[in-house]
Amino acid sequence: MERFLQQLINGISLGSIYALIALGYTMVYGIINLINFAHGDVYMIGAYVGYFCMTTLKLGFFPSLLISMLVCAVLGVTIEKIAYKPLRDATRIAVLITAIGVSLFIEYATMFFVKPDSRSYPPLTGFLTKNYYIGNLFFSAKQILIICITVVLMALLQFIVKKTRIGKAMRAVSLDRDAAQLMGISVDRTISFTFLIGSALAGAAGILVGIYYNSINPLMGVMPGLKAFVAAVFGGIGTIPGAMIGGYFIGLVEVMVSGYLDSMYRDAVVFAILIIILIVKPSGLLGKEMREKV
Amino acid sequence: MKKLSQDASKNNKWIITVRKWIILVLFYAIVQILIMTNVINDYIFSTLVTVCINVILAVSLNLITGFTGQFSLGHAGFMSIGAYTCALITLRYPTVWGFLGGLLLGAVLAAIVGIFVGLPTLRLKGDYLAIATLGMAEIIKIFFRNVLEDLTNGAAGLSGIPQFVNWTWLFVFTAGTVALISNFINSSHGRACISVREDEIAAEAMGINSTKYKVIAFVTGAFFAGIAGAIYSSYFYFISPDMFDFQKSIDILVVVVLGGMGSISGSVIASIVLALISTLLQSFSEVRMVIYGVLLIVIMLFRPQGIMGSKELSFSVVKKWAQGLRQKNGGIA
Repeated sequence: MERFLQQLINGISLGSIYALIALGYTMVYGIINLINFAHGDVYMIGAYVGYFCMTTLKLGFFPSLLISMLVCAVLGVTIEKIAYKPLRDATRIAVLITAIGVSLFIEYATMFFVKPDSRSYPPLTGFLTKNYYIGNLFFSAKQILIICITVVLMALLQFIVKKTRIGKAMRAVSLDRDAAQLMGISVDRTISFTFLIGSALAGAAGILVGIYYNSINPLMGVMPGLKAFVAAVFGGIGTIPGAMIGGYFIGLVEVMVSGYLDSMYRDAVVFAILIIILIVKPSGLLGKEMREKV
Repeated sequence: MKKLSQDASKNNKWIITVRKWIILVLFYAIVQILIMTNVINDYIFSTLVTVCINVILAVSLNLITGFTGQFSLGHAGFMSIGAYTCALITLRYPTVWGFLGGLLLGAVLAAIVGIFVGLPTLRLKGDYLAIATLGMAEIIKIFFRNVLEDLTNGAAGLSGIPQFVNWTWLFVFTAGTVALISNFINSSHGRACISVREDEIAAEAMGINSTKYKVIAFVTGAFFAGIAGAIYSSYFYFISPDMFDFQKSIDILVVVVLGGMGSISGSVIASIVLALISTLLQSFSEVRMVIYGVLLIVIMLFRPQGIMGSKELSFSVVKKWAQGLRQKNGGIA
């Protein structure tokens, strides 16, 4: 039981990170129906910006977090403007291939500049190094920090989407782009804003992973990116609560498989879940069935 | 009058077939002579092998993605099945028959896995299918690395695989793949596949069983990917699970997209172009991948149909070009 609870804590911390990345996937998919393969790489860039801030600029954790969110937001919008916007009316397959191209470009351009070897994050200072015990259960301050930051960011996102004008515009565009345009909503600006928020969340996830696992490398975005997408599909792509649930679910599954079976099988289990979900309920847990248009 | 023109077209077809055969045999003979006189040394030959493997992979993926419109990101998974089967068999029976048997068995196994993967997942559309096939390829990779660890030597991979691939086998399998797939596409079944790509619902309404054709294309593609994998393992001595990852599937996709989705000659041309690019950039592998990325973006932005679009390079096309050129030159003179 104790072991189970310990795994549960680890799973929730890992799941928080997946959930943050999955939110970006689900928002972008919800609004322009694109699997943004480059999203995992934006997260990688977030981790590197955090590393740079903490080592070269010697900034603290929170300023680094803000800077990497900001850099990623700018990067996300730039990607959207350069690569996806000219393809608004192209076929889905063309946009998907472009996304793969962007992803390759970011990965290997980064690799060219920072070298392919992995780097370790600087040791944390202050209250972040503490560990807490409840009975025999072990919490690290890092885990608590990750969970808290995720919850705050999610609450903020919910607020933006539900209560602000731009959030209303986002919901309108994802429902019916043409109708939204007719009602005077600037579709382009709304899409850019979606990329901005999603990429900022990915940047936060990047720096959180940096302090959690201590090791970053230019290809670190590929697997978590795919798994976060699996998480978004699991919860029902296009729905924000779905991405959160999916993220936590995938995190828990992964930790449980590593803990009770063999960590080598965790990727296989995640992808097997994906295939089963796609076959049994392609719209995901919270998704709505879509009628096929003729 | 009608009979006469029929005869003429039949005659014409016959001439084209003969001409194709003569060109193929000539090409084979010339390369064979160049190898024997050592003009094509080992280094050039290994590039030639890479080109041929890429041609087989790209043409087979083109059948799935370009002609039938099913976006698959798991082609490397099928390739790995062929590679491992052939390697394991030739390591035990190091004869030409062992190689051929392993190659065939690998291709058949890849096709069987293709059926099991294709039947459920091909109901999915577009992006979802891409992700499902990607997941399937990851599962195959983990299967070879962990589940069959005793047999496949896990992450360390298999080495010292006996080499049986020479120019003759390479030529037979590459030309054979291209010929079989292009004949398939020009048959009524191939037309059915293309109609599924163009509009699935309309095709269904015309009485085409779209699931059947999607699965046929998928399984045929998997079969030939298995052959490519077998040739790869037999020529390069060494395979490991990480060689057949997501990156490899993307490599194949780049060839197909660059050549033109729905053009077999495009795939062949793109295989050659990309093999040359990567040979030139061999010592800068990161730069190569950056170029691949930029290439994908630029092609999609400015020429989404690829080099050839969905057109094929044929004698009549070449003749037209030549005629056009002559007219232009004549005009200037």
